[in-house]
Amino acid sequence: MSNDHDHHDGNDAHELRVSKIRDGTVIDHVHGGQALNVLAILGIDGSNGEEVSVGMNVPSDRLARKDIVKVEGRELSQDEVDVLSLIAPDATINIVRDYDVVEKHRVERPDVVEGVLSCPNAGCITTGDEPVTSRFSVLEDGVRCSYCETIVRDEIAALIDT
Amino acid sequence: MRHDHLITSKQLSRGDIETVLDYAAEIDDDPSAVADRHAGTLLGLLFFEPSTRTKMSFETAMKRLGGDVVDMGSVESSSVTKGETLADTVRVIEGYTDALVLRHPKQGAATMASEFVDVPLVNAGDGAGHHPTQTMLDLYTIRENAGLDDLTIGIMGDLKYGRTVHSLAYALTNFDTRQHFISPESLQLPREVVYDLHQRQDGTGIKEHDSLEDVLPSLDVLYVTRIQRERFPDENEYQKVAGEYQIDGDTLEAASDDLTVMHPLPRVDEIAPEIDETDHAAYFEQAHNGVPVRMALLDLLLSDDKGIGGGTDE
Repeated sequence: MSNDHDHHDGNDAHELRVSKIRDGTVIDHVHGGQALNVLAILGIDGSNGEEVSVGMNVPSDRLARKDIVKVEGRELSQDEVDVLSLIAPDATINIVRDYDVVEKHRVERPDVVEGVLSCPNAGCITTGDEPVTSRFSVLEDGVRCSYCETIVRDEIAALIDT
Repeated sequence: MRHDHLITSKQLSRGDIETVLDYAAEIDDDPSAVADRHAGTLLGLLFFEPSTRTKMSFETAMKRLGGDVVDMGSVESSSVTKGETLADTVRVIEGYTDALVLRHPKQGAATMASEFVDVPLVNAGDGAGHHPTQTMLDLYTIRENAGLDDLTIGIMGDLKYGRTVHSLAYALTNFDTRQHFISPESLQLPREVVYDLHQRQDGTGIKEHDSLEDVLPSLDVLYVTRIQRERFPDENEYQKVAGEYQIDGDTLEAASDDLTVMHPLPRVDEIAPEIDETDHAAYFEQAHNGVPVRMALLDLLLSDDKGIGGGTDE
């Protein structure tokens, strides 16, 4: 099986702009424009020499325009996938080993994410120096702080506690 | 469901509320019957914000149950000034006391604090969040004056930052109520609260207005809160709206003779003194009800054989 797995989108030419990886993760069907936020969630800024390929706003049958992120030498943890699901609810995670896709699954939105987002409400107890881990429940269209109950629908990526 | 802490009115079912209100009415009728129920019990009062009525009514309630209170004093004289976290403070004071009452300027403070202690913790106000014991005395007062079903209530003033408003609105969704929220646009209910109210009561009983005029004749209860001058960045903006949200004799000419006017107090100029002597005024009675209601709540939280909850509708 090839890791150029989106043949049914009919965008081979576009896909080929992004190189194949040998071992790692391909995050596909990310909504157009969210790829850099995906990298932020994964804590990837290039400073550690990670080998990463990014395609942005490539045509897709399913999403019209999609982003795709390929990370060499790294398989995502479930926690990372959970947070990823908040900004890329339609993403597909492909685990690649020796150029073959050995696992492929859609992200699933968790009920709760802990310790990964910061509450934007300056009046929230979690924004002080308390020994508390942030906790957000996941709504259909956003996230909600479990402490102050603030709902965030847009710009969730900006809350990522990096 | 039995609750060990009282953090928000959202956690209370209709059965829970009726249990508290019925028990508060029993205590109101005969306070001497519970005078020694909690002899030797100590309640810790942790008020990180100034408070007069809430703090004194908890203190009175505990003493009328035979118990006593310890008080951390003002924030300025406490270890908070040394940088101690709230989490540490509550963990220390729970070792001294049998229950804690917490007021704090940050939203979610009571939720967080409850995660660090085993003794019952009561939220006495967390920033712009919740104030569930105020809600219980509000409901008690409403039930005494107008009943809690087939009720049309107007809630007016600073609905954005008013934690008493948020808590009351949530609790009222347990009953057959129509809620009219009246405020300047800049002080409307937070969208989170509106979202919750629609989730809890399909939205049909929830309406927002910028003027009292249209809804006043239909109201059984008008709950007034202070328009807080300090919330307005521009004094002129405050002056534009402040006068529209004040109640006097002329205002109430359009109201039902049975209208009950409430206010969590303190008031500044939202309700003219001329209303005080009319049958409409219930705000001092409302404040007095804080003692029997908090006696009932404390007894339910502190007694192994009671607890809040156990109702069948949750």
